Amino acid sequence: MVKRMSNCTSCNCNCSKNLPEDLVKIFEKYAKKRENVIPLLQDVQEKYGYLSKENLISISEYLNVPTSNVYGVATFYNQFRLVPLGKHIIRVCRGTACHVKGSLKILEKLESELKIKAGETTEDGLFSLETVACVGACSIAPVITIDEEFYGRLQAKDVTALVEKYEKSN
Amino acid sequence: MSDRTKIYVGMGTCGLAAGAKSVYEAISTTLKNLKIDAEIIPTGCVGYCKREIIVDIAKQGYPKLSYGDVTVADVEGLLKSVLVDNINNHKLIIGKYPTTEVISKDDLDEVPAINELPFFKKQRRLVLKNCGHINPESLQDYLAAEGYEGLKKAFAAGPLGVIDEVKKSGLRGRGGGGFPTGMKWEFGNKSVPKDPNNQKKYMICNADEGDPGAFMDRSVLEGDPFSLLEGMTIAAYAIGASYGYIYVRAEYPLAIERLENAIKLAKENNLLGENILGSGFNLELKIKKGAGAFVCGEETALIGSIEGRRGMPNPRPPFPTESGAFGCPTVINNVETLANVPGLLRHGGDWFASVGTDSSKGTKVFALTGKINNAGLVEVPMGISLREIIYEIGNGIIDDKKYKSVQIGGPSGGCISEENLDIKIDYESLKTVGAMMGSGGLVVMDEGTCMVDVAKYFVEFCTKESCGKCTPCREGTMRMFEILEKITTKEVDKQEKIDSVKHLEHLAGVIRDTSLCGLGQTAPNPVLSTLRYFKNEYDAHIYDEKCPSAHCKSLISYEINESKCIGCGICKAKCPTSAIVGERKSPHKIQTAVCVKCDQCVQLCPVKAIAAK
Repeated sequence: MVKRMSNCTSCNCNCSKNLPEDLVKIFEKYAKKRENVIPLLQDVQEKYGYLSKENLISISEYLNVPTSNVYGVATFYNQFRLVPLGKHIIRVCRGTACHVKGSLKILEKLESELKIKAGETTEDGLFSLETVACVGACSIAPVITIDEEFYGRLQAKDVTALVEKYEKSN
Repeated sequence: MSDRTKIYVGMGTCGLAAGAKSVYEAISTTLKNLKIDAEIIPTGCVGYCKREIIVDIAKQGYPKLSYGDVTVADVEGLLKSVLVDNINNHKLIIGKYPTTEVISKDDLDEVPAINELPFFKKQRRLVLKNCGHINPESLQDYLAAEGYEGLKKAFAAGPLGVIDEVKKSGLRGRGGGGFPTGMKWEFGNKSVPKDPNNQKKYMICNADEGDPGAFMDRSVLEGDPFSLLEGMTIAAYAIGASYGYIYVRAEYPLAIERLENAIKLAKENNLLGENILGSGFNLELKIKKGAGAFVCGEETALIGSIEGRRGMPNPRPPFPTESGAFGCPTVINNVETLANVPGLLRHGGDWFASVGTDSSKGTKVFALTGKINNAGLVEVPMGISLREIIYEIGNGIIDDKKYKSVQIGGPSGGCISEENLDIKIDYESLKTVGAMMGSGGLVVMDEGTCMVDVAKYFVEFCTKESCGKCTPCREGTMRMFEILEKITTKEVDKQEKIDSVKHLEHLAGVIRDTSLCGLGQTAPNPVLSTLRYFKNEYDAHIYDEKCPSAHCKSLISYEINESKCIGCGICKAKCPTSAIVGERKSPHKIQTAVCVKCDQCVQLCPVKAIAAK
C-alpha cells in the first residue's frame, strides 16, 4: 500500500494526497471522464519519462476509474513504460521493408555493442534499446532512430561509430 | 501567379529523416547571402522517395522544375546556377512540371516532363494530388487548389444527395476490407441513437496506420491535411454526426502537428465548428492519439481505445453504425477513403467511377518499398498490373537481382509470386491468389529474401500484437511461430520438423475460421500464401536443412573464397569471436565452430570474398 497523505489541497479531485504541481497542471487539461485515461497516461509519461506506480494511482483517483483498469490500459499499449528509460533512446525499426533490408542484423549488433537486449536499459543509464513496428520511413530502410534523430540506409558495421558518437557527447 | 520565385522543399517524415531540415535552412541562408527574394515553402512528400531530398523551384517565366538528391553541399551551387546564372538544367534535375503557358527555353528542351518519367507516367494522382505541391500548413494554398469546393457541393446536394453520389462512384473502403463507402454512410444516416440521454452520432477517421511497411496515410496527413478534414466534414454531414474523432498513431508526431494546425485554421474560417459555411451543420473534431497497438486498426478495438479502454475487439453485430463509440451510431472510415471524398464530390460520382475496374473504382495509393529501385509512394488506377507497378513505376529490382515475391497487405496479406505478377490490382483479383488489398504496403523481395523467414516475421508480429481476447489468435499464432522457428533451426530433429509442419496448414485454417476479429482471421495469410507458392523453400528448410536464400542463421555457414581473398586482415581484426585465421597477404579461413554468424566480415570485406552458404 502506498501511504496516503492528508487531504488534497492542490486540486479539486477526489484524491487524498498532495499532488505535485506538474501533475495538477496536466490533470486540469482533462475532464474527469474515462475516455481521458489514455491522453492522461500519454501526458504524464511525456512529463516524467515513464509511468510510476504513484502516478498511475493518482490518475485512477482523479478519473475515478479503478487502478486495475488504468494499469490494464498502461500495460496493453506499446507506448507506455512502467520503468524509467536511459538518457538516449535507440529505436530499431522492425517494419517489413527494414526487415528485408537487414534490420535484425542491426538490432543484434546493437544488442552486442550495448550488452543489453531490446527493451532494456544499459547499467550506466545512458542507452535504452527498443524495437518499433514501423517508423514510416521505409524508403530509407533500414532505419534506426536515436532520440529524435533518424539514421537511414544503415549497415550493422556503422553501429559502433554511431554508439560511440553518443557516448562521447556525454 | 505572383512574380515571386517559389522554392518547395519536401519535408514529410521521410524527407526530414533524409535531412530536409538542414537543406531548408541552407536554402534560407543562401537566399539571404545571394540577396535573392524568394518564398520557401515546406511541403509534404511527393512520393519519389528514391530522390529525396527533393527541391522544386518555380520562377517567373519558367515551368516548375524539380531537383532531386539535394544535399546541403549542393544548395549554394544549385541556387546560384538556377536563380543567378539562369542555367536551369542543373545536374540534379529530375524534370519539369507541365504548364499551361507555352514556354520554350532552350536549355530545358531536353529535360523530361515529370509526368513522362517512368515513375510518374502510369500513376494517376487523385488522393495525392496536392502532396508535395501545396504548403500543408496553409489553408489559402488548399483553397487555391479547389479546396472545400466539394463541401459546398455537398451542402447543396443534402445528406441523401451526398450518399447517392458516393454510391454512384463505387468508392470502397481503402483500409483493407473494401466495404462500399456509400452503403456504410447510408446505414449511419438511417441509424437512430438508442439512448434517450445520449442522442449523438460519431464520425471517426481511422488514421492508426499500423501495417509495418506502410506510410500512405501518413503522407496524406502530412502533405494535405485539409483534404482529410474536408472529406470528414462531408462524411459527417451525410450521416448527421456532429462529433468526430481522428484516431492517429502517436508515432506520427509531424502528422499530428499538421492536423492540429489544420483543425485550428478550419475552425477560425468557419469550416469546422458551429454552422459551417452557413449551412446550419455543426461539427466538432478532436484528435485522439493512439498508443501503439496494431489491433486498434480493427474498428471495434479502435472504439474501445477512444473510450479509454484496452483496445480489444468486440463481436459484430452490433456494427458500429448501430452501436459504436459510447453506444452511439458511429461511422469509421480510413484516411485514404476520406481523402478521396472531396474530389469525388467536386467532380461527381460518374467521374470517379470512370477510373478503375468494374468492381473496384478509383485509384489506390501504395507504399512501394523493399528491394526496389524506385522506392516511394505511388498512386495507381485500379486495374493496373503488379508487373507494371514493379517494373515500370518501380524500375525493377535493386542490382538487377531476380524478383521473388511482393508482399501486399501487411500482416493480413499475402506474398505474390512471379507467375501471378500480371494480376490486376482490384479487391477481388487479389483474393484469388490468397492476398488482399490491405491498406497499401507493397514490399518487394528478391532472391536473397527467405520466404519462410518472411512468414515467420509476420507471424511473430501477430503474436506480439494479438490482444489476447480470443484463444485461436492468442494461442494459435504462437503455435504457428513455434513451428516456423523449429523448421528454421538446425538442431531440431528432422522428423519433428516434418510432423509439425503437417499441422501448420490445418492450424492456419482453424485460426482463420474461428478468430474473433480481422487480425486473427487474416494472421495465417502470410503462412498460407507462402506455403502455396513457395513450398519448395519450406521443403529445402525441412528436408535438406538448408536455407536457399542463405538467410536463416541456424542453417547457414560463412566461407571465405580463397581465390578472391587478398589477406588484408580487416575481417580478422574485427571478428568478435576471433573465428577468422590466416597470415597477412595469404588467404584467410573461417572456423565454423567458433563463428557466431554476425555477418560483419561480409560487410567489411573490400573484395567481397566472404559469403554465407
